Amino acid sequence: MTTLAANRPAYDGKTLDLTGKSGNRAFKNTLASVLITLCFLVALIPLVWILWTVISKGYGLLADAGWWSESQRGITVRREGGGAYHAIMGTLIMSLITALIAVPIAIMGAVYLVEYGRGTRAARVVSFMIDILTGVPSIVAALFIYAVWITVFGFNRVGFAVSLSLVLLMLPVVLRSTEEMLKLVPDELREASYALGVPKWKTILKVVVPTAFGGIVTGVMLGLARVMGETAPLLILVGYSKNINLNPFDGFMGALPTMINQDRTELALQPAADRVWAAALTLILLVLLLNLLARLVARFSTIKSK
Amino acid sequence: MSSTDGTAPPDRPADERTMDLGPVGHLGDRLFSGLARGSGGLVVLIVAFVGIFLLALAIPSLAKNDSNFLFSRIWEPGAVPPKFGIAALFYTTVVSSIIAMAIAVPIAVGVALFTTYYAPKRLAAPVSHAIDLLAAVPSIIYGLWGILLFAPLLRPVINGLGTALGWIPIFEKPPTDNVGVVFTASVVLAIMILPVVTAISREIFAQTPIAHREGALALGSTRWEMIRMAVLPYGRSGVVSASMLGLGRALGETVAVLIILSVPNGNDPWNSSIFAGGETFASKIANNAAEFDSPEKTGAYIAAGLVLFVVTFLVNSIARIIVDRSTPGGKRTRKVKRVGDKPQSEGATL
Repeated sequence: MTTLAANRPAYDGKTLDLTGKSGNRAFKNTLASVLITLCFLVALIPLVWILWTVISKGYGLLADAGWWSESQRGITVRREGGGAYHAIMGTLIMSLITALIAVPIAIMGAVYLVEYGRGTRAARVVSFMIDILTGVPSIVAALFIYAVWITVFGFNRVGFAVSLSLVLLMLPVVLRSTEEMLKLVPDELREASYALGVPKWKTILKVVVPTAFGGIVTGVMLGLARVMGETAPLLILVGYSKNINLNPFDGFMGALPTMINQDRTELALQPAADRVWAAALTLILLVLLLNLLARLVARFSTIKSK
Repeated sequence: MSSTDGTAPPDRPADERTMDLGPVGHLGDRLFSGLARGSGGLVVLIVAFVGIFLLALAIPSLAKNDSNFLFSRIWEPGAVPPKFGIAALFYTTVVSSIIAMAIAVPIAVGVALFTTYYAPKRLAAPVSHAIDLLAAVPSIIYGLWGILLFAPLLRPVINGLGTALGWIPIFEKPPTDNVGVVFTASVVLAIMILPVVTAISREIFAQTPIAHREGALALGSTRWEMIRMAVLPYGRSGVVSASMLGLGRALGETVAVLIILSVPNGNDPWNSSIFAGGETFASKIANNAAEFDSPEKTGAYIAAGLVLFVVTFLVNSIARIIVDRSTPGGKRTRKVKRVGDKPQSEGATL
């Protein structure tokens, strides 16, 4: 120690002294820690507040069996009663059709990006367009389908049109997550399959996709959760109906977001307010459930390389 | 078993019994690769079609439009001849989104730093999941909560800012006590884009090379100095592109804005203040869906939607280009070899 201290040049007052934390630097460090922690707490407030609001105001009606089995048929804003069955079914039917259309395209698109187009110029164009599609606002997707479905083809406003516009919103989410999962599949698996003489398409179908299956399911659920809460396409592409309509190709259809939208102007009336918050809670429950399931599936299905 | 269509690789051994690669290039493969290519192509087609269809349906209305589409504030597509311009819509859309970004980005960076470098390891994952849950809340619920519960809380802020800065037109305090104003919408938009910006920033920050961080600490940096000198410069471009993606989302958000913003009367003079009501592209279109009864009127709204599409297209393209240009960290760190780094996967968290 003595030699070290002796060899040390005398402090000339100019070179940076880093031997200790001066008060100023320590203070800045503490300040930054406090601010950054504060940022996090501030960000959590709206989440807790929204969840608390919706749960505390909405749980009352959800305990009622009628909420899950009856529609709002014949019930006015001033009257209590009825349920959200029509809206829940509408939301489920429309998102299911969306998934049926979007998921195969998304998976095949991801297969193209990972297995066939890797590194090509065409794949870069496709990849760029997926990013653009991710950023397309829901109202623009809805207007586009309005332009095609109603203005050009002259069809009516029905649930199926909503599904079509939701495909545009769900497709990029599922495609991206599937692509990430396919990329994680180790090349050794593919090579082993090729070595056994299995053709490429069978390798993809029987080896690559099943290996990544858990991750693909996660992506599908997150995509579903995203489109379920979308309201803008419903406003433009289908009317709200208080009756039960399970046919997406004919007539107006209820959905949870439009059910909320319907009664939100009458919040001064207690029955309407109760229904708005109960519908909001139902919608949040559906969406959060899908999100949590997705996380659960993701946790139990990580791809182990080697 | 031997394939006869000549697609076998040239270096294939002559003795086919020892090495049969299977039916290379047969129907199954061609079909499957065709499907995959088709799906990829479909994505490109969809984006192209969105632009083409909106443009095709907007042109007839634009041709009949009697006022300047870009610079007029009038919106009377039902008049004869129709008059509509997007100046007011454009102003409200851009101003509300930029304020949202100004609020959200610093907080998002803070949250991202908290989860990567401050929170205890065990807490980091649940904490980031909690913030991600903000993205799962449907926007109509943000709208309801925003106007009913959150907006009244903002009244003193609005009054305070309006009194202090009211001499600047953009902060001018309107005479009414209305809280459904652009500022309120911006704050709610900020909350809505927070998870996007946080998620991407978090990924970038987490990738700061350990050599940079340890180097900074070895030189005696405090944790904050390490972040300022190693993490922030490294993640700058990532944060910029994350902000652009957040901006794109804020520009297009419909229902929350629709519920929160009070629409000014048709006869009211236009007010540039952020403490006044207004309409964005998206809220205008959604609010007037019932008006889509004649091709001219519909065309006017579609023209507005087209402008929104183009704006979000540009913003998202810029975000993408920034991501592509910069493996995170930009020029300064490019020479440093990062051992064991996974290949970049931009946009993975979207």
